[in-house]
Parts: sequence; structure tokens; C-alpha cells
Amino acid sequence: MNTIPLSAQLINLFASVILLLAFAMLAQRRVLQLVNLFALQGATLSVSTLVVAFTTSQHHLYYSAGLTLILKAILLPWILHRLVRRLHVKSDVESLINVPTTMMFGIVLVIIAFNVALPISQLSSTITRGTLGIALATVMLAFLMMITRTKAIPQVVGFLAMENGLFLAATSATYGMPMVVELGIALDVLVGAIILGVFFFQIREQFDSLDIRHMERLKDS
Amino acid sequence: MDFFILMLAFPLVSGLLLTVFGERAWAPNLNVIASGGTFLSAALLTAEIVANGPRFAFGEEFFIDSLNVFLVTLTAFVGLTTSIFSGPYMRNEAEHGKLSKPRLRLYKSMYQLFMFTMLAALTTNNLGILWVAMEAATLTTVLLVSLYRTPASLEAAWKYFILCGVGIAQALFGTILLYFAAERVLGETGHALLWTHLVDVKGQLEPTIMALSFIFLLVGYGTKVGLAPLHNWLPDAHAEGPTPVSAVLSGLLLNVALYAILRCKVLADGAIHTDFAGNLMMGFGLFTLVVAAFFLSRQKDIKRMFAYSSIEHMGLITFAFGMGGAVANFAGLLHMTMHSLTKSAIFFAVGHATQKTGTQMMESIRGIMRINPLLGWSLLLGTLAILGMPPFGVFASEFMILTHAMKHHPWATPVLLMALGVAFASIFGKVQPMVFGEGEGRKLAHAPAVTPVFVHLGLVLMIGLYIPPYLTRWFNEAARMLG
Repeated sequence: MNTIPLSAQLINLFASVILLLAFAMLAQRRVLQLVNLFALQGATLSVSTLVVAFTTSQHHLYYSAGLTLILKAILLPWILHRLVRRLHVKSDVESLINVPTTMMFGIVLVIIAFNVALPISQLSSTITRGTLGIALATVMLAFLMMITRTKAIPQVVGFLAMENGLFLAATSATYGMPMVVELGIALDVLVGAIILGVFFFQIREQFDSLDIRHMERLKDS
Repeated sequence: MDFFILMLAFPLVSGLLLTVFGERAWAPNLNVIASGGTFLSAALLTAEIVANGPRFAFGEEFFIDSLNVFLVTLTAFVGLTTSIFSGPYMRNEAEHGKLSKPRLRLYKSMYQLFMFTMLAALTTNNLGILWVAMEAATLTTVLLVSLYRTPASLEAAWKYFILCGVGIAQALFGTILLYFAAERVLGETGHALLWTHLVDVKGQLEPTIMALSFIFLLVGYGTKVGLAPLHNWLPDAHAEGPTPVSAVLSGLLLNVALYAILRCKVLADGAIHTDFAGNLMMGFGLFTLVVAAFFLSRQKDIKRMFAYSSIEHMGLITFAFGMGGAVANFAGLLHMTMHSLTKSAIFFAVGHATQKTGTQMMESIRGIMRINPLLGWSLLLGTLAILGMPPFGVFASEFMILTHAMKHHPWATPVLLMALGVAFASIFGKVQPMVFGEGEGRKLAHAPAVTPVFVHLGLVLMIGLYIPPYLTRWFNEAARMLG
């Protein structure tokens, strides 16, 4: 039996933590806790990228790890926290489907994700290839969260968590995208979050609530 | 003087200037002048490319060849005419109390930044930057769709953001897979996302990964093209946003998203060696065409109806590119051009018609011909053109697509004809009573700009009757490159 090096074990461990956090976000009902979980996921992602950077001595991954830490573990959660406080979102998150059912769906999605990722991971030669399935699963779980939540902020957290999953996919399949692309993506995410912040206030002004079920009037009769 | 840098600098600099000075009296003029400058540099760039062949810019990060240069010119041209149209249109909207000064400032600066992101998406050689620019194009238009701050417009903008955001995330995953496939061949040289390098080694890319990657890219960018069943955002965004925004979304953004798919298709075709990518596009295109045609008949809002018409035409174009081959690609490129020009002209006419009558509901719009004959004619001619009546250019491209389908994919012909027939009946049946009949309209403080409408329709008519040889050569070259 061949032994797996410690660094690979660490990377797999962090990837599993990210997946666990994705499930935790799916089950979490409080908005502030959800934002904290998202911050934690960002931090784990950053540490995992750091380990990959250290083991493979890919220097640009150090910058990616730093960028992830600043953007996804500090800046975006901070913006979301401020929004939650400024908008006085007190009530719990409501879900269209109850939590146990959502979790069941989540498990099915994880199985699908692993199956889709299997042929790709086999072709990959990176130390991180085992985590590609986890990355895809994280993307799909975030997607599920966006579908099942009825409030604007959890939907956005889902959107950002999906970006986390994609970032994990990029590091696990290819040791990260070229730096210029990664900077561009980070800029888009940041600008997107700021625009959404502005947008929340507009929604709030009009509907007196951030429940997007108010926004189902545009339909084709 | 590098016209390429000028072309990108005009919208970027003026967009930033307008965020600061957008409330000054000269700001609308700056908007038009900047768009004019962009168009002029795009035209000069085109002349340069036609004379000297493809070129790079900023190292290898940007690449201009016969395929994207024609879209660049088209984008810059429609950008210019839309900015001319939006001058009196937005002033009328402000006059009617629908828009305040800060919102007009937001509109102008975001309009220019939107042009910048689209031109960057068209000219970049890096598929990662292409993704970044496409996402930035969504971000710049989200606040434009919600410009009126009505409940309906906020809902439309939210839907637009979330659906396109999810879609574009799929495209990012597709790009990651593409990079993964490319890195195995090109190594970690940093060139593995540059299209010009990828196209040289496309035969060696791993087919399974490329197939998977193309599916994600098609679904992702396809959301922005408005391919069914991911088209839901499109009618809402077109109907609720200001009309100039509808015109550029329909006439330009959809084209740019389709362009992104085409670039990826060239790579996927080279790697997979079967018609997998083409068949996928044909399927999506045909489905979109049929869905849109049947939704058309149920529309009550005029801008919504023409938004569905855009979906229909995008379906047809996707189908054409799916068939592949020199003729179908030529027809697809021609139809892209014709659709942009015609649809933006229609939105200009519709914009003023709704201002005159004060409603977007088609049953309340009557007798435009009597209220303002020029406006009536522009709406009528635009509608006839988009429905593919000869002698307009849309007829030429639709005819080419149909005959090519008959020859190579006869099973699709009845579906195509039926969908086009249903679309014709629903649109013409609704536009005819709006144009003719009795009706009353209010006097507008600022005279509508009908010149852009007739310039667009004149070009469409000209191409329907006679395609200049340099244009044919240019289209042919681009069509050949698409394989």
C-alpha cells in the first residue's frame, strides 16, 4: 500500500472541511450565522491554497491565497455583516423546502458531482486532483442553496459560495488560473457585491422587505 | 497612433469622466462624442486589419482578426446610434418625471463602461479575460435595468443578476476545464488560455474534457445569449429597463455572448473531431426558436414582444452556426449583423412610440401613423424587416439558413418554417393595428431622433439588395475561420 504524503492529506482534509461548511450553510437558518459560515469557508479555502502553494512551490498561489483571505474571509463578510445590520434583517432565513429534504438533495448532488469529476481527476496529475469532486459538489450545493432560499441575502451568499467552489476547482485541477484572470475574477466579485449592496437598499425601499417572493409579478400570462 | 488603444480608451475615459461630471449640461454631448470617437477608431482599426491582416495588441493579450473586427465595428456603430437616440429619449423621460439627474448620470457613465466591457470581450485573446469582461458587462447593466426603480424593474434586474450570475459561473467552470485540458498540452507557460495558442494545438486537446468544457461554456454563455430554457431574464430586462438599454442589450450583448460561444466551438470542434458541439448548438437553437415563437403570440407588452423576437432570432443564429460549414457560418454572421441593426432600430421606434402614447401595453397603442407618420413608418418598416420580408437583409440571411438546412438537415426545415410562420403571424397581427387606426398621442418636449432608425433600416435594405464585395470577402474570411 502506498502512503499518501502529509501535504496531500492536509489538502484533502481542508477540502472536506469546505464541503462540510457548504452543508452547514445549507442547513443554517440565521442570516448572521450564514455569513460567518461563509467567512469560515473563505478562510479554509485560503489556508488550503496556502498548503498547495507550499507543497508545489507555485508562487502565484501565495498571492491567490492572500487575495482569497482578504476578499472572501474579511472584506465580503464585512460588507454582508454591515448590510444585515443596516437593513435590520432580524428574522430567520426561510427555506422553500425543509432542511432534512434539502440535505437529502445535497447528498444526491455530491454523488453526481463525484461521478462527473471522476474522469477529469483521472487525467489530472496535480497533487490536488482528489479534491475536484469536492469542488464541483460545493458549487452544486451553493446552487441548491440559491434555489431553496427565499430571501435576497442568503441567495447572494449562495452565489458567493459558488464562486468559492469554482476557485477550489481551479486550484485542484490546474493549480489556479493565470494571475491576471484571477485578479479580474476577484474584481468582478467585489464590484458585484458592492452593486448588490446598493441594490438591496433599492429593493428594501420598494418592497419593505428583502423577501424575493414579492418579486414574482413578471410572468408570461 | 494605435486605433485599438484609442477605441478602448474612449469609452473607458468618458465613462469615468461621466461618473463625476454626468450632471453637467454638456454630459449628453460627451456621451455622443465619445461614442463617435469609439466608432471612428473602430472603423480605422477595421481598415487597418483589412489592409494588413490580423494583429495583436498589449503583447498577446488582445487579438483582432476578421471575425471579431466586424463585430467590433457593428458594436461601435450601434453604440453611436443608440447614444444619439438616447439624447432626446432620456430628456423626455426626465421631463415626464421618471428619471432624476443622478440617475441620468448613472445611465451615461454605465452606458460607456458597458461599451468598454463589450469591446474588451470582443478583442481579448485570453479566454479568462473574456469571462471577466462578460461578467463585467452584466454588472454594468444591472443598475441600468433597474434605473426606473419601479417594483417591476427591480424584479427584472434581480432576475437578470442572479440568472446571468449563475449562468456565467457555469461558463467559468467550463473555462477552468478548458485551461486544464490546455495546460496538459501547452504546459505552465501562461499561454494556456490564449486563443491563438489554443487554436494551434486544438487537435491535441483531450476530447472528453473538451466536450465537458464546451457543455458548461454553452450553457453558461448561452444564458446570456438567451437560449431557452435559460432565457427568462431576457424579456423582463428588456421590458423594464430604459429603451436605449433594451436596444444595446438586444443588438449587442447577445451578439457578444454568442461570439464567446463561437470562439470556444472552434476549439471544441478541433479537439472532439465529431459534430458534437454543432449538434448541441443546433438542438439548443431550434428549441429556443420554437419556444420563443410560441411565447410571442401571448405577449401584451410591446417591448416584451420584441424581446421574445430577439430570443427567436438568437435561436436561429445559434442553429445556423451549429450546422457549420462556410455557407451556414456566412448566413449566421450576416443574420447577426442584420438582427442587431434591425432590432435596435425597432427599439428606437418603440421607445418614442411608448413615450408618445404613454404606455407599453399594445392594446392601448393605436394609430401611430396618424400621431407621427415618420414614427409609424419606422415601426412598420422595422417590423417588416425583422420578420424577414424581402427586400430587407434579414430575408437574405434567413433564406440562406433555410436553404442550407433543407440541403443538409431536411428534418429541421418544417420546424424552422413553422416557427418563423408563427412568429410572423403573432408580430404582424399586433403591430398592424398599432400603426394604423385612430389614436391620440401627447406632444413631446424634445423631438424624437428618427435619423438612427432610418440609417439602420437603410443599411439593412442596402445589404438585402446588394452586399458590397469587400463585405462579402470579410464575411467569407470569418466564416472560413469558424470552420
